[in-house]
Amino acid sequence: MIETEPRAAGVEAGRCEILAFCCNFCAYAAADLAGSRRMQYPANVRIVRVPCTGKVEVQQILAAFERGIDGVLVAGCLEGGCHFVEGNLRAKRRVASAKRVLDDIGLGGERLRMVNLSASEAPTFVARVREMVETVERLGPNPLRMRPQHGVEK
Amino acid sequence: MIVASGKSIAEIRGLLAGHDRVLFAGCGTCVTVCLAGGEREVGIMSYAIRMARRLDGHPIEIEQMTIERQCENEFIADLAPAAERNEAILSFGCGAGVQAIAERFPEKPVYAALDTQFLGILEEQGVWAEKCLGCGSCLLARFGGICPITRCPKRLLNGPCGGSSEEGCEVDPARPCAWQLIYRRLKDIGQIDNLNDIVPPRDWRTSWHASPRRIVREEHRI
Repeated sequence: MIETEPRAAGVEAGRCEILAFCCNFCAYAAADLAGSRRMQYPANVRIVRVPCTGKVEVQQILAAFERGIDGVLVAGCLEGGCHFVEGNLRAKRRVASAKRVLDDIGLGGERLRMVNLSASEAPTFVARVREMVETVERLGPNPLRMRPQHGVEK
Repeated sequence: MIVASGKSIAEIRGLLAGHDRVLFAGCGTCVTVCLAGGEREVGIMSYAIRMARRLDGHPIEIEQMTIERQCENEFIADLAPAAERNEAILSFGCGAGVQAIAERFPEKPVYAALDTQFLGILEEQGVWAEKCLGCGSCLLARFGGICPITRCPKRLLNGPCGGSSEEGCEVDPARPCAWQLIYRRLKDIGQIDNLNDIVPPRDWRTSWHASPRRIVREEHRI
């Protein structure tokens, strides 16, 4: 359990906060399906719908961590199944590069993960979110939350 | 274009250790195209350094600005107000850009964020290759547009060294032998006879070996 105050509605006190960039054509649909099926998954995940994971920039991932997010999930289509042919493959390389940055600065690349799933895989989506939450709770809160905000880009 | 690659986060942290307010200056020309020092790379490095410094307990304020070209005073002028507000400048330009900025702002420390590598081309997405050494006296016309000075590690001007195997270079078998390429090319364009002419030893004074070079063209001066 992480001893911090919640920063978004619906996040329990002391719980970590995860940001999930979800591709419109797979992970977002899977999350939607999980909701329709009334499947339970941790409330501390915040979903950002993107047209393709290939649209996610390294800077957007780093911006989330700078603002205190504890973990980031980039959820795209199965390899070979991207709506834009290779967006998810590009995202994979960008996530790898962002992980190196997080390792280099001491925040830890484990806080960032790319997962692949199809639109029908609601249980997979739920499982991946749970795994991410477990990982982040084991790592503890983003240490930047406790650091002064001086110099954060608006 | 000039091809460069970024320095490591650790090296840049070391350069900026004594500063709390720094201008990160990108360049919109060659280093933007080779994905080393444009707006995006400046942004990523800014996030990385800001977070690293907050984790260290020594936060830093970073202002970002990418100008069209760092190697021309006309464009560097746009940096002046931002340079004034900051203690130091981290330039994401090539070596020429860093020095032009250092000359323009004599009172500010100016650091290089990149390692400038060579004059080259984009071979495929994410792969750059050196093509020109800037030797100051171009011999490409003789060799069918393939430069043995740049692409032969031994800089040979009168045929291959004898160490090449099949088409591979002796120094790096994964790289094609420049002389094999020249031979093929000259044959294809019907200029194979060029190889009968012996190329005398080069006068390297036109290259950087003599001293830093300078070109003055009176017709363009005002």
